[in-house]
Amino acid sequence: MAKRMARMAVRQMIRMLLLIFCASLAAFVLLSLSPIDPLQQNVGQAAMGSMSAEQIERLQAYWGVDTPPLERFAAWVSGMLQGDFGVSLLYRQPVLTVIGAKLANSLWLLVLAWVISGLLGFGLGVLAGATQGRWPDKLIRGWSMIIASTPAFWVALLLLMIFGVWLKLLPVGLSVPIGLEATAVTLADRLRHAILPALALSITGTASVCLHTRQKTIQALESDFVLFARARGESGKGILLRHVLRHVLLPAITLQFASLGELLGSSVLVEEVFSYPGLGQATVTAGLGGDLPLLLGITVICSAMVFGANFAADCLYGLVDPRIRKGAGRT
Amino acid sequence: MKQLLNHLRQPRTAALIRLLLAAAILLAVMIAGMACREQALATDFTRKNLAPCAEYLFGTDWMGRDMLTRTLSGLSLSIRIGVVTAAVSAVVALAAGVSAALLGRWADGALTWLIDLFMGIPHILLLVLISCACGRGFWGVTIGIVATHWMSLARLIRGEVMQLRQSGYVQVARKLGASPAAIAGRHILPGVLPQFFTGLVLLFPHAILHEASVTFLGFGLTSEQPAVGVILSESMQYLATGRWWLALLPGICLVAVVLLFELAGKSLAALWSVNAEQEAA
Repeated sequence: MAKRMARMAVRQMIRMLLLIFCASLAAFVLLSLSPIDPLQQNVGQAAMGSMSAEQIERLQAYWGVDTPPLERFAAWVSGMLQGDFGVSLLYRQPVLTVIGAKLANSLWLLVLAWVISGLLGFGLGVLAGATQGRWPDKLIRGWSMIIASTPAFWVALLLLMIFGVWLKLLPVGLSVPIGLEATAVTLADRLRHAILPALALSITGTASVCLHTRQKTIQALESDFVLFARARGESGKGILLRHVLRHVLLPAITLQFASLGELLGSSVLVEEVFSYPGLGQATVTAGLGGDLPLLLGITVICSAMVFGANFAADCLYGLVDPRIRKGAGRT
Repeated sequence: MKQLLNHLRQPRTAALIRLLLAAAILLAVMIAGMACREQALATDFTRKNLAPCAEYLFGTDWMGRDMLTRTLSGLSLSIRIGVVTAAVSAVVALAAGVSAALLGRWADGALTWLIDLFMGIPHILLLVLISCACGRGFWGVTIGIVATHWMSLARLIRGEVMQLRQSGYVQVARKLGASPAAIAGRHILPGVLPQFFTGLVLLFPHAILHEASVTFLGFGLTSEQPAVGVILSESMQYLATGRWWLALLPGICLVAVVLLFELAGKSLAALWSVNAEQEAA
């Protein structure tokens, strides 16, 4: 039994690695198709006009314009396998250092938003499902519909307008106060700067989990085991806590894990609004500046996170739900 | 009169009315936006930075452009891009889903792999990559949105076709010697059309949201275009100086358009599922 599960995990793992490799290959192909000349983009037409041919040649070598794409990809892959993701062309630091620093900033937001949106969405979903057709349900459903139709960056803009500009309660951007030395920054400062972006991400993240949980709650409430529990005379609250919640929790957790990609995407937009120096902002900078190594590194890290989250959800599901565990044993 | 009211209250009629209403409003916005494109681009420095007033309902920006016409033509652009990308991406999904289910295990495995791959890269990141590959601009967004939106619908259609393939009438057709192509065209395709059209309409809102987002980041439509993403990203520079109308009103309109598409899709789904029940009965 345990052996079979382990074998399945290993197979999943290999599949995941292959997928990550394909993702990086796809990203590389897309970027090498790009007609945007990184020199024009970053150095500028005027500056290039005043440079000698030799200088331009050196710059071209630096940006890798003259190396054939295949050779570059081969070099990149062989480097990556040894843990070397190359050097970011814009930040002039190893890609892993850049990503590490940016991810450390983003992680605050991502974890906060992931937990808050999960709990809030789940709670609202159960409440809506339990009061199906009455006003709390209508309210929550309407709210979720609106949130699902609102772009993340606009939520961020609204929060910034309300709390940053109008009420002046919270800072309008960045992750630390301006003009402070890195050592002088306190935890409270960092938290204060993370509140608005995290809030924006949490709000946009609730909609799908909430609607999904509502649906599952309604299904569970209509099931035979709830009917039986009711016939035994259990109270509505007891049914909800003892029978329904256990059924709804698993799909919600899976969905929350699977929505990590969505969260990463929204974080790009929200970080751009708040000028928050995280992974999302680095993505935009790298994309606009044609920083190939950094963009490739980000793609690998992001897809590893997404696949990892899906993998974790699968494992969790298998561990918690005995029916699936048996099903996995049979195949 | 009472009879008419009763008739209108029936779920099917109500859904139809909602659908037509949403479609009419969206069409009106699209046409109005195309009609006032000239005004949207006109600058007039004698009227710059006006807050919303009777004459300029949405106010004006720092170049004296009327924000109402700008918003309208931006929405119109969004709707047109949304319709085109959603349609193409739904057709891709249909082709992929049907062929995966009918061409055997190898094609199925390939499609599942491809879907997993596309799902594994966050949408925005993939959109950025594709936009880079196309040199940004209109084609970058369009191709990007088509490439990132077909997966879930393809999965849905694949499942549906798998089910239909097992159904009695398809088995009979096969025993009668119909060719696979004829079975696919005559017996299976009509069966998935409701799913296809509902999925198509429900793709619009996502397409529009992603177009606005990518444009907002600077990878989409160029800043000469009066796109909603451009309007909102420009408004960011003026928020701190208290010009709230630049971001608030166009944003609300964008949300309203997306909600209307959502409403239309839901009504269409409701119409069709009721239909299916009646046919079964």
